[in-house]
Amino acid sequence: MGRNTVEIAHLTKKFGDFTAVDNISFNVRDGEIFGFLGANGAGKTTAMRILCGLSRPTSGEGTVAGYDINTGQEKIKRHIGYMCQKFSLYPDLTVRENIRLFGGIYGLRDKEIRRKTDVMLDMLGMQTERDRLAGALPLGWKQKLAFSIAMIHDPGIIFLDEPTGGVDPETRRTFWEMIYDAAEKGTTVFVTTHYMDEAEYCDRVSVMVDGRIAALDTPDSLKAEYGAENMDEVFRIIVGRRPGL
Amino acid sequence: MKEFAASVIKEFRHIFRDRRTILIAMVMPVVQIILFGFAVSTEVNDVRVVFCGDLSDPAVRSAVDRIDNNRYLRITGRLYNPAGIASVFRRNEADAAVCFDRDFGSSIVSGRASARIIGDGSDPNTAQMITSYIRGVLQSEQTDFSVSFAGGQQMSMTPVVQLMYNPAMKSSYNFVPGVMGLILMLICSMMTAVSIVREKETGTLELLLVSPVKPLWIIVSKMIPYLALSVVNFTSILLLAHYVMEVPVNGSLLLLSVAALVFMVTSLALGLLISVISPNQRTALLICGMGLTMPVMIFSGIIFPCESMPAVLQWFSDIIPAKWFIIIVKKVMIQGDGLASVSGELAILSGMAALLLAVSIKSFRTRLQ
Repeated sequence: MGRNTVEIAHLTKKFGDFTAVDNISFNVRDGEIFGFLGANGAGKTTAMRILCGLSRPTSGEGTVAGYDINTGQEKIKRHIGYMCQKFSLYPDLTVRENIRLFGGIYGLRDKEIRRKTDVMLDMLGMQTERDRLAGALPLGWKQKLAFSIAMIHDPGIIFLDEPTGGVDPETRRTFWEMIYDAAEKGTTVFVTTHYMDEAEYCDRVSVMVDGRIAALDTPDSLKAEYGAENMDEVFRIIVGRRPGL
Repeated sequence: MKEFAASVIKEFRHIFRDRRTILIAMVMPVVQIILFGFAVSTEVNDVRVVFCGDLSDPAVRSAVDRIDNNRYLRITGRLYNPAGIASVFRRNEADAAVCFDRDFGSSIVSGRASARIIGDGSDPNTAQMITSYIRGVLQSEQTDFSVSFAGGQQMSMTPVVQLMYNPAMKSSYNFVPGVMGLILMLICSMMTAVSIVREKETGTLELLLVSPVKPLWIIVSKMIPYLALSVVNFTSILLLAHYVMEVPVNGSLLLLSVAALVFMVTSLALGLLISVISPNQRTALLICGMGLTMPVMIFSGIIFPCESMPAVLQWFSDIIPAKWFIIIVKKVMIQGDGLASVSGELAILSGMAALLLAVSIKSFRTRLQ
């Protein structure tokens, strides 16, 4: 502990005249579960794309997993995991083929992929489903599988982009158990969500408003600071203060 | 390289899992060749000819025999009155009629003999072809006759039309290169465009981009399966054309394959460009359909000859890669020309490939930022 997996200073991203991300700075500690909240269009996705090495910042610097966001994008990609609920598996490939594919594109050896496939299927209790098309799996299973696949190359940090969208509460709960497991083993978790109850599960939470980070603290401190009952209220207060609304 | 191999395997899996697409891609060329070959045939083949004339006249007899003995023509009846021609055509009992003058045999000596060839103009293209073919047959009869009768002395000047490379005016000589251009274009451009746009639509492209595989390699890995598919299609068209349609491969097979490969790369680059422009699969399909298939159909010479178009359209046809490919195929396959003759077209095609590839990769990269 004590080291930072993500260090971002004065990060700005402009698209023409529009400033999507406006001079944000923050750190994410090793092994932390970091909640990244914000209304739609607040710049969450843009910031996350930069952290994942998909996009170059207009200005500002920082490191992710020890690599520079301006120059080390290829290295960043190799050392992070990424999962998005909407599209993390190929529905027309089988469970095993999906695992093989992502093992392959993250540069794992065949032997390693075979071993990991077995371990993963045992852990998920999906050995009997391994030759089923991923598209035919129930949503909850798809999600767990997608999460495990995103972790196949043992990344130091995993980015979860609204991982639990459209899922029932019970499945969400078991999914968060997986997240806790991963964090306990030392993986840093960077998660965006629309569910404020999930924000409570995070170690620290940041709220983006209009391209800036309007608040960043532990859920308990935020609740105390805004005199709110729960994170939902905190979020409403912060977003509601937005100028022009 | 490991990463690249994994994504190529993935693309092949996508294609093979999608039975319908693979079926269409493999069967389409075969169906098109057979369709154009047998159904949409405009060639002179098994033409039924009726004649009207005096069979006791040796000159008429010899001319009729010559028609009947021709591979592509067949005498099916004799009319005693030219007035009956219309009803024969109406009952669809003949495709053409030949009327010899009453004193055909005696006036042929003076060079004033005349025979009328009547075609069924309700199908102008076929009629045109049939009548000119029969005229050719009669002219050769006349030439022979003049030689034997006057002992080599030419009695009247008659132009003898002979079509080189394609004496029977087989339409397969025309449509095989056209279909080849069309199919390769469709498979390479449309399928690549759709497959990239599909991943853009579902968002899985993002998933690949966030992986360590370089964007360029993702694109190349998407192209390879379609390139392979096109090679299979090219081979099947060539085999069908050669063994079923009896279209010769007079020139070098290697040169033909090289040209096809260059054309495939051009089409792949076009597909990539379309995938960058289109926000969804429907747009991609629309652009391919209106922007690629139609022009190729129109300018490939399958339907209309390019040379008879207005100048503006001819200029427009110049920017269509398929046109140049089709010219090369015609020259190499049918005329049997070598590299020297097609080097101009090949250079244009290669230039287009390089330009399109550069533009599409550049715009794809910009799109990522």
